[in-house]
Amino acid sequence: MKRDWLPLALLAVLILGALPLVASLPIWITLTVAGLAMGLMIFMMASGLTLVFGLMDVMNFAHGVFISVGAYAAASVLLALKGQAQAPGLAANLAAIGAAVLAAIALAAALGWFFERVVIRPVYGDHLRQILVTMGGLIVVEQLIIVFWGPDLISLPRPTALTGSFIFGDAAIERYRVLAVAAGLALFGAMWLLLNRTRIGLLVRAGVENAEMVEALGYRVRRLFVGVFVVGSALAGLGGAMWAMYQESVNVQMGMQVLVMIFIVVIIGGLGSVGGCFVGALLVGLMANYTGFLAPKLALGSNILLMVLVLLWRPRGLYPVAK
Amino acid sequence: MMRPLLSGDLPRSRALAAALALVLAALILAPFIFPGTRSLDVAAKIAVFVVLAASYDLLLGYTGVVSFAHTMFFGIGGYGVGLAAANWGPGWGSLAAGSALALLLSAAVAVAVGLLSLRVRAIFFAMITLAVAAFFQILASQLSWLTGGEDGINFSLPRLLHPRLASYYLVLAASTMLFLALLRIVNSPFGRVLLSIRENEFRAEALGTRTVVYRTVANCIGALGATAAGLLYAVWLRYTGPAATLSFDIMVDILLMVVIGGMGTMYGSVLGATIFVLAQSYLRDLMKVASGAVSGVPLLPDLLHPDRWLLWLGVLFVLCVYYFPTGIVGRLRARRA
Repeated sequence: MKRDWLPLALLAVLILGALPLVASLPIWITLTVAGLAMGLMIFMMASGLTLVFGLMDVMNFAHGVFISVGAYAAASVLLALKGQAQAPGLAANLAAIGAAVLAAIALAAALGWFFERVVIRPVYGDHLRQILVTMGGLIVVEQLIIVFWGPDLISLPRPTALTGSFIFGDAAIERYRVLAVAAGLALFGAMWLLLNRTRIGLLVRAGVENAEMVEALGYRVRRLFVGVFVVGSALAGLGGAMWAMYQESVNVQMGMQVLVMIFIVVIIGGLGSVGGCFVGALLVGLMANYTGFLAPKLALGSNILLMVLVLLWRPRGLYPVAK
Repeated sequence: MMRPLLSGDLPRSRALAAALALVLAALILAPFIFPGTRSLDVAAKIAVFVVLAASYDLLLGYTGVVSFAHTMFFGIGGYGVGLAAANWGPGWGSLAAGSALALLLSAAVAVAVGLLSLRVRAIFFAMITLAVAAFFQILASQLSWLTGGEDGINFSLPRLLHPRLASYYLVLAASTMLFLALLRIVNSPFGRVLLSIRENEFRAEALGTRTVVYRTVANCIGALGATAAGLLYAVWLRYTGPAATLSFDIMVDILLMVVIGGMGTMYGSVLGATIFVLAQSYLRDLMKVASGAVSGVPLLPDLLHPDRWLLWLGVLFVLCVYYFPTGIVGRLRARRA
């Protein structure tokens, strides 16, 4: 299959095109790293959604709630381990973060499993009811979050090792963003290897192309569905935890706010395409940071503008999945 | 006389007819039998939300498309009246001009969004409308020099509408007419085509229906209905702002009303909106009692906290989608058969 390089070229054009507009190399470096960090965090949260859609043809409007749940779980753990998180040592800090992220992943995965079992299974193949039921699930879980954690914003101080910036010449790069970029790239790499170099990945990709055929060949696609759904939810929880530390606060509405951005990314990338989702997330993250600097008034609308432009160019997204 | 008024779409159930008559009578007599500003507010809200839910049902129940931009059109209506009355003075002329501009803008946006996304898939439309509505909400709170930001706009109305009773009956009369108009539309040949698209899009297309055109027109009509409801709500509140018209919470409210009342039945939106607004206004009081009664038990008081009423309506919503896809109206009608 011939690789389609045009969307990647678009990414390069955006990054390089911003340089003369920003007109200052250090600021451009700061903005680019910030954009990549934001984009990779969005990718963590969006990849699960697009994978679930590609394989199961299920659009989960409750995906945002997994993000909130992950964020709240991470916040609870970090606040409980305040001693380690605020201690000066790097090891103690990382241990606290590791525990928080694990808690987020575990809780989101468990919720995802329950969701697939109870809420989504009866409505496979029926988009209208899927949208309605997952919206209902969103309402219920959002209210349950309020029951357990209360309705108020919880502020979450970042662990000591991740505050402050690295200084390269005149360019300042926040430490946390470096961590986000590293984690995001590692995740993308792992996902790419899993999907392209393992037997399970082969089955998932085959399932995206033609689930019936895979079933006819004797594999239990249904079991694969559950696995992918749980992994997708866990990724949302992980992304939620990262996002909470990035924003240094969690609130009930955050899942819904991020969900809008994720939808834009998934639409830009092409529904069901992980590679498209990656490019789309980076485009959105970079665009948000560049326009935030160049034209702050325009920044909030830049995502929508980008989506409209991409859809005018490729109506089914950057990497349309053949269906 | 009733048959032409209801466009031949009779309630077809004695209980449903009784419930509808009760709602109508209560709304007409509300200022006299339920004195107090709060109950009049509730009554006006019911009247407006019946139109809002009915226009959403035209999309969700009759055409089978899920839009999350309905509050956007509701908001365009609200801001149409608000901006006109605040900037051009509280005259009938400015109200009419503001309303006309709001309706035009809504129609244009609905066509644009429809053409961009309705040709692909239902799920695509749902996602894009969600994004566009979020964008619109940001716009309303950011352009504070025009819209007053988060605070919204307070404005005054022509002198004739100053007594609360006069504006109440204006809102009620307009809502009733709008509802009957929507009922007429879904029972027209056009409405039948929408139903056929909902039931089997492929077959409708094979029979020569241009489904994209019909869906876009339906989207437009739904948008205009929501805009009209927004106009009325702004007239009643004499205020418009993001929280009152544009917030995503209202979108969720509309969904709950339509699904619990009954999708694909215009009367469902009457019952759904009535029950929902009543629950929103009075269920808290009831839950306060229940929460107090179980105060010794762990967790239960939190679940029954007066602010958690939405939790229970959410559960009811999910159960409705699974077990009663035609909602209350469907139940009532099935009982007779």
